[in-house]
Parts: sequence; structure tokens; C-alpha cells
Amino acid sequence: MNSFSPIQASSPKKTVLMREGDQAVQQQPGSSAVVKDRVELREATVRFAGDSGDGMQLAGTQLTTVSAAVGNDVATLPDFPAEIRAPRGTKAGVSGFQVHFAGQRIYTPGDKVDALVAMNPAALATNLGDLARGGLLIVDANSFTKRDWEKAGYTSSPLEDPALAAYRVISVDITDLTRDAVKDLGLTTKEADRCRNFFATGLIYWIFDRPLDPTLRFIAAKFGKRPAIAEANRRVLMAGYHYGETTEAIHQCYVVRPAKLPPGEYRSLSGNQALAWGLIAAARLSKCDLVYAGYPITPASDILHELAMRWDYGVTTFQAEDEICAVAAAIGASFGGEMGVTASSGPGISLKAEGLGLAVMLELPLIVVNVQRGGPSTGLPTKTEQADLFQALFGRHGECSIPVLAAQSPADNFETAIEAWRIAVRYMTPVMILSDGYLANGAEPWRIRDLSEYEPIPVRHPGPDTQGFLPYRRDERLARAWAIPGTPNLMHRIGGLEKQFDTGAVSYDGANHQKMVQIRAQKVAGIAREYPPLTVVGPERGKVLFVSWGGTFGAVRSAVQELLETGHEVAHTHLRYLNPLPNDLGEVLGLYERIVVPELNMGQLAYVLRANYLRPIKSISKVMGRPFNVEELVESGRQALEED
Amino acid sequence: MSIDALLETPQLGPNDYASNQEVRWCPGCGDYAILAQVKKTLASLGLPREKTVFVSGIGCSSRFPYYVNTYGIHSIHGRAPAIATGLKLSRPDLSVWVITGDGDALSIGTNHLVHAIRRNVDINIILFNNRIYGLTKGQYSPTTPLGHPTKSNPYGSLDNPLYALSLAIGCEATFVARSIDVHQEHLGMVLERAAAHKGTSFVEVYQNCVVFYDGAWDYATDRDSKFETILELEHGKPLIFGKNRDKGIRFNGVEPEVVALGNGVSEESLIVHNEKAEQPTLAYFLSRMHQPDFPEPIGVFRDVLRPSFDELVDQRRREILDRIGGPRDLDRLFREGETWKIGDGASQSAQA
Ligand code: SF4
Repeated sequence: MNSFSPIQASSPKKTVLMREGDQAVQQQPGSSAVVKDRVELREATVRFAGDSGDGMQLAGTQLTTVSAAVGNDVATLPDFPAEIRAPRGTKAGVSGFQVHFAGQRIYTPGDKVDALVAMNPAALATNLGDLARGGLLIVDANSFTKRDWEKAGYTSSPLEDPALAAYRVISVDITDLTRDAVKDLGLTTKEADRCRNFFATGLIYWIFDRPLDPTLRFIAAKFGKRPAIAEANRRVLMAGYHYGETTEAIHQCYVVRPAKLPPGEYRSLSGNQALAWGLIAAARLSKCDLVYAGYPITPASDILHELAMRWDYGVTTFQAEDEICAVAAAIGASFGGEMGVTASSGPGISLKAEGLGLAVMLELPLIVVNVQRGGPSTGLPTKTEQADLFQALFGRHGECSIPVLAAQSPADNFETAIEAWRIAVRYMTPVMILSDGYLANGAEPWRIRDLSEYEPIPVRHPGPDTQGFLPYRRDERLARAWAIPGTPNLMHRIGGLEKQFDTGAVSYDGANHQKMVQIRAQKVAGIAREYPPLTVVGPERGKVLFVSWGGTFGAVRSAVQELLETGHEVAHTHLRYLNPLPNDLGEVLGLYERIVVPELNMGQLAYVLRANYLRPIKSISKVMGRPFNVEELVESGRQALEED
Repeated sequence: MSIDALLETPQLGPNDYASNQEVRWCPGCGDYAILAQVKKTLASLGLPREKTVFVSGIGCSSRFPYYVNTYGIHSIHGRAPAIATGLKLSRPDLSVWVITGDGDALSIGTNHLVHAIRRNVDINIILFNNRIYGLTKGQYSPTTPLGHPTKSNPYGSLDNPLYALSLAIGCEATFVARSIDVHQEHLGMVLERAAAHKGTSFVEVYQNCVVFYDGAWDYATDRDSKFETILELEHGKPLIFGKNRDKGIRFNGVEPEVVALGNGVSEESLIVHNEKAEQPTLAYFLSRMHQPDFPEPIGVFRDVLRPSFDELVDQRRREILDRIGGPRDLDRLFREGETWKIGDGASQSAQA
């Protein structure tokens, strides 16, 4: 939220409109021939917006990578339309990618945008509202003809709108300059125009002092097989960069210093990628193969894509005919002794519900991932939401408790996957992981892990000499043994019908059913004994405690930090485990007068906490397909403190 | 090694495949006969019990896994082929059987059936067709004949029935066969052939439900009529049927035609069965022969060899891993693309 606040500005918390000649440290950028002022910023937020065919996602991903590579902390928010190719130039087709980079730890992609690249009028119309006053607005002037702005619903040229005076507008003939840069390469106009995103990227790199090398390497690798295209993209990137260097229009440039992250080797990692890698890592830790069965659905498909590339790491992937087959095949794989995993989003999870019921009855390990999106039904398929918590907790038939874990940041999906795997194996149970569209597509720097940092995950399949084997005999955690086909002497049949306690034979006996329902519930409830204690940021006891879960962690943590820094006594705890809830949660809640639960749903965790702890809970609810702004949570915190 | 394991020799008899569960089908149910033949087949194949898995969905027939002493899953209505597919992905070494019924396979689970067959997963699917929902007590199924009154359509079914074999052949099935619960020898032969086939074996068994649709297959089992209503297929042999083997089937354009042999009509004019035909055209043609116009063929309609899905998956898995000498190190994965080091405040960019 600290839009363009030069680092020595008096209040770090308020947006400081950047003006030329601000009392900033004057830098001499080593790489440039023309010396321009470089103001040091604590952080900056840049958004690329254009038509869905304009390559904005690529531009954003590149800015993410280079910003991470200079040592900034980074958080991103890709935002794409539901239609693959909505009519060109219309608002429905606008695709965006927001990158927040900072010289300190940050937890959100930023509330307000400091620099907006608008490749056409539709992109301007849909994104201008998020640009901070005084922010930089870069537009492709060639794409603002009358026809263009009419398509976006304007009745006059938006560039001539006096309201734009509130921003620093840099109007560049991006299309012309791009075509110029590649004119002797024999490209079609269409091919040439496809490089425009790299012009904007280059220009942003100049303005924010980003290194070109990582992107040059990326271009060489990606377009290596088509030298003319590679050369075109390279030239256009350089053209954008040099344009910044030479143009009179840009007077002010910036630098954002490296953040103080824990030492180590880092890379940029997106949520879905982190989840896939966490699964691969868990497979190694457990010496158990990963069999992934999926069906395409936004925003979970990238998990399938990522894993489908990883057979060389021992992964098997299977694209099923539907969501039901995906979960059923995963169950089949687990019965065979490997780990079956499936991922989907809300509507697909609904279809898997019956399979989850079976997995609970079979007491087999299984991992089901829900990358949540706006619902119900097809809802807002490309936007984020947290409205499937009830579904995860209760969305099955019968008494059917399963462990539910939620990732808190894009890279945290890695840890969550390993944790889910550990629980699934140790307790012989299906486990649900909740991610969401924001976490899945967002990226952040990730310290590269060494597997030796993790405890192994022991997997035991009883051997043929097992004495007194009974399929449903339980260990001290109430988990049954994972006996697998192929093992002589242990032949047994399992199924969806109720089991007799320990023999596993079909039983219709009422008393036995009661016992089995209780045992299955107790088994899951017992998992909480192994949780680490809850951590609380802020005062140990007091007036207001924020409780968050899942992808809202970053916004809530940022808001609480801001409140604490401005002398407001609020605390924050974050829940990774949604079922069973941590054993110490009741105690922690009891230390505060007021509990505030912000969620991207209508108050589902708030409902659960009220029911479990008989406490009044203040729910902060948002269902707009976007994460919380930090500012709105800061405001909620202030209000909660003032109420009596 | 335990005594039991030592005794695990190919000399197992059908009874060794019986589980300790009491069989709970209605007395007289056709399922008993099928169970007996399956156990016999397992014994004759000499398959280790622990290497065999029965997967079923829901319905009377789906209780089957409880009654065989192998591994088994009694799963969800219609999902057995999907579970079996996943099992074969993780364990291509197992012999996997799917036991299903006309409601389970052709109504709620059709999608999985279609895709397991077209993938040619190496499983044996045995569909017990009794033309009715038995477990739920007598509603019409996708194979109930038009007009047949049931509890859920007392005025007679209006649903056009589905023919299991036509569907399977349309899904590119590599092995398709049909038999009848009480034709013990024939059923045993068909099951053995199904088990021997690599890839999906699809077998429809006419099964009598004594409670809810008794006599559904009387025409096919009746001592007197069966020779006129059933035609036993034999590879390389002309299509001949009748008590006196005096009738045959020949082409009349693209339609089948029943002809009486003799009077100038010779065997040479009849269709010769070829279960190995590359194209499934003949198999499909045979699957369209229904009572009362034609005798219904039983036996192996089609038996061709194609790589099975699980075999292809396993092959690719091995090829990839063999080429690189085992699964790659995770360090390599984590360092793909741009990485950088952060030390004491200093930062540098590196490329993996
Ligand atoms: S209801 Fe019919 S199919 Fe089911 S067990 Fe009884 S006779 Fe057999």
C-alpha cells in the first residue's frame, strides 16, 4: 500500500504521491548512458493490462522473475478473463498481471498500483481505478484510435480526459516502435505485434532498474527454435528499455533494494507449481510413488500440467474421463500401495464427494486438492474465493470427517502438500488441501529446500508373515494397516459397507456402526495432538484477535503489522489446520475480547468457530473474486478496537 | 515363509478361492453359477490368489468380491472400472477383474465403462445382465425390454434398451464375448478366454434374477427353444444354429438373414465368424442380432491384440526412467530456470 513512498518519507504507512525532485537519494545507474534520477523506494506495485492475446501474463511473470532475482520480496496477482479469447479490445477480454516487489518482507500483491501499463482503452477502463493517484500510466498510443476506444465503451478519447491529470501519463507509440524494431526480420505484422509486451516490459525494467539478463535468457530458451522470433523479442525488449533511457517523457526512475530474506538459494515459485513439487518431494520422503489423476478445470489444471512434465521424477499422471474417475482412480492407486492424488476446484470436488466417502470407509491414504474459485456452479472460474470451506468440512454424506489443511501463500503449498501426505499415510485417511485461485496463480520467492530438512515419511505395508493380520486392526493412532495386493496370506476385501470393528467384515450391526463412526471421528480428531502450537503475532492477550485461514494470510498479516506499527493493539493467528482445529485454539481465542475473522466468503470459518467455541465472532466478508486489500482490513481492525 | 505361502501352488482348486463369507444372493439366483465358474477359471489359470483383485460397484452382482478369497474392493455405484484403472496404473502386475451389472455398468457408470474399454486397460469386465435392478428391488434397467412393466414403470418401460456388446464394440473393445449363467461349460470357456486376453476383456453374461425378472432369458436357456434362439460362435466356422444345425446366417445386403440349409443353400453361402478381424464391423453386426428375429450369438465376438493402457503407461515410465538412470534428483527440479543466492545482505543472480 506504500505506493511510491520514497524510503525516507516520514510516514511509511501513507501513500506518498511521487513527484519529481522528491528529496530522494540520487542514484547513478551504472548501466545507463543517460543519467537520470533514481529514487530509492521501499516497494512498488506494477500492473500490466492488455488484451488476453497481448502476452500480459508473460510480461508479469518475467517482471516477477527478475524482481525476485535482484533479491526483492515479490508477491503477484495474475488476473485473467474466463473467456480464452473474448472479442479483441473489449473489456471482457482484458487480462492483467500485478507484481508487488519490495526491499522488505511483503505478504500481498499490493492494494494500489503504482505503475499501470495499459495496452489498449479496454485495459485502461478496467484498471485505472486501481492506479494510485500520482501513479505512472503507460499507454500504447497507437491503440487509442477512435475505433479502439469506442470498443471499450468510451464516447471520447480517454487520453484527452482531464481526469488523467491525476496521473503521470507516458503515452508511447508502442506498436509503431515495436514494428520498427523488427522490420528487417521478415515477420508478419501479426508476429511483430505479438512482441509488444516485451516493449512494455523493457520500459518497466528501465524505470525500475531491473536487470535484462534473466529475460534475455528466457527469450533465448523459449524461442530458441525460431531464431527470428527470438531476435524480434530480444530487440523489442531492448527497444523498450532504451526508450526509457532516452525519452524526455520519463524524468524519474526508481530502485528497490534487495529484501532481507533468510540466506539461501532462491527461486520464484507459483502456488500450483509449489503444490506439485511438494507432492513430488513427499513421494521421495515416503519412498512411495505419486499417481496423480486429474480432470481439466480452472484454476487447478496447472497442477496436472506441471506433474505431467515430471515423469522423469517418478511421477505417473493420468487424465481421467471425469472428476469422478479421477478420484476413483486415485483411490485405486492407493489401494495398490502408491499415493493417489487428485485436484480440482469446487464443482469438481462436488463430483468427488462420493469417492471421498468411500475413501473414508476404506481408510486408505488419498490427497484431494481444491483450488477454490468463485462459486457456486461455474461462478467466477478465473477469480479467487474461499467459499469451499464448508464443502471441505461437511460436503459429504454420513459422518465423514477428513483432515483439511489450507496453504497460506503460493510457495506454502509446498509445505502443505508434504504435511497432507504425512497425515494421509500416518492416519490412513483421505486429506483435503485447500488452495485458491490467488494462491495457485500467484508467485513469490522461495528458498530452495533440501529434502534433508524434512523428516522422512515412513510407509509400512505389512508383509506375508504378519501374525494375526486383520484388515481393520488399528495402531495407537487408530490407523489400520496398509496391506496391499500381491502380499501372500493377507488377502482381504474392503468396501463401502460398514465394517466390523477390526475384522473388517461387512457388518449391519447398529452398535458396531456407532463404534466405527466414533472411531473414525476419533482417529481424525487425534491428528491435532501432533500440531505445533499456534503462533500469535501481537499482544499475548487483549482486545482484538484476527483469525485467518488460507490465502488471506498475507493481507491479514500486513494489516495487523500496520496496525501494530501505528500503535493499535491487535493480534493475529493463522490456521493451517481447519479440521481438526488445533487443540489450543479455544485457549488462544479466550485471551481476547473480540475475534475478527476476515474471509473471502460469507463467514464460513466464523460460523465454525462460533459453533465450536460458543464465542461471538465478527466476520469480515468479501466475495468479489479478488483478495482483501490491506487497507480495508486495517480499517476493520480500527473499528473492532473502537467498538465496545 | 509361512505354511500358507508354501502351499500357495498352482494346484489350487476352485474351493481355495472361496472366501469365509456366507454367500447372500437369493436362492436360485444366476449369480451362484457365475461365481462357481469364475472360481473354477481362477483355479485353472493357476493365478496366485494374492495377485488377483476383484473390483465391483453396487448392485447384487457387486457383492461378488466378498465371496472370493483374493484381494477386493466393493466400491461405489458405477465406478469400478475407474478404480480398476487407477489400481492398474499403480500395480500393472496384478490381475484385475471388474464385476458389474446392467445398472452399474450401463446406467450410472457408463462413462467409466466406455473409457476403460477405449483405453484398453488390462482388466476383465464381467457384466451380469439380468435386465432389472435387483438390489433396489425391481426398477427397470437400461437393458429392460421396451414395454416390460416394472415397479418404476408399471405401464411398461418406454426406454429403448441398450445392448451391452454393441456399446463395447463401439468403444473399440479388443475382447468381447457373451455367455449365459446356466451354460456352465460355455461360460467357463468364455471366462478363460477373457482372462487370457491382454487388454480389456468385456463379457456379458445373461443372468437370471429369480425375484424381480425371473425368466428374462428363458428363451436362451429353455431346453427346447435354446437351439433356435442361441447361436454359438466359433472362430473360422460358419454361423449355423438350430437343433439339427440346419439353419444359418448369411448377408442380405448389409442385413443378416436366416436361411434354412439345404435346397440349394449351402454352408458356403453363410457368414464365417472371424473374431480376429481388424475392423470391429463383423462383431458389431453380430451384436445387433436379437430375438425374436434372429438367434442371439454367444461366445467370443472379437479378440484382437492391441497394447493395453497400463502396459503403455508402464512402458513409458520405464523408458523415461531407464534413459536417465532412475528418477532425477530433486535439486535439479528446484533449480530449473532462474535462481539466486542470498547471503548476508548481498544478492546475486545465477542461472541453473
Ligand atoms: S434380487 Fe435377483 S439378482 Fe439380486 S440376488 Fe436376488 S435373484 Fe439375484
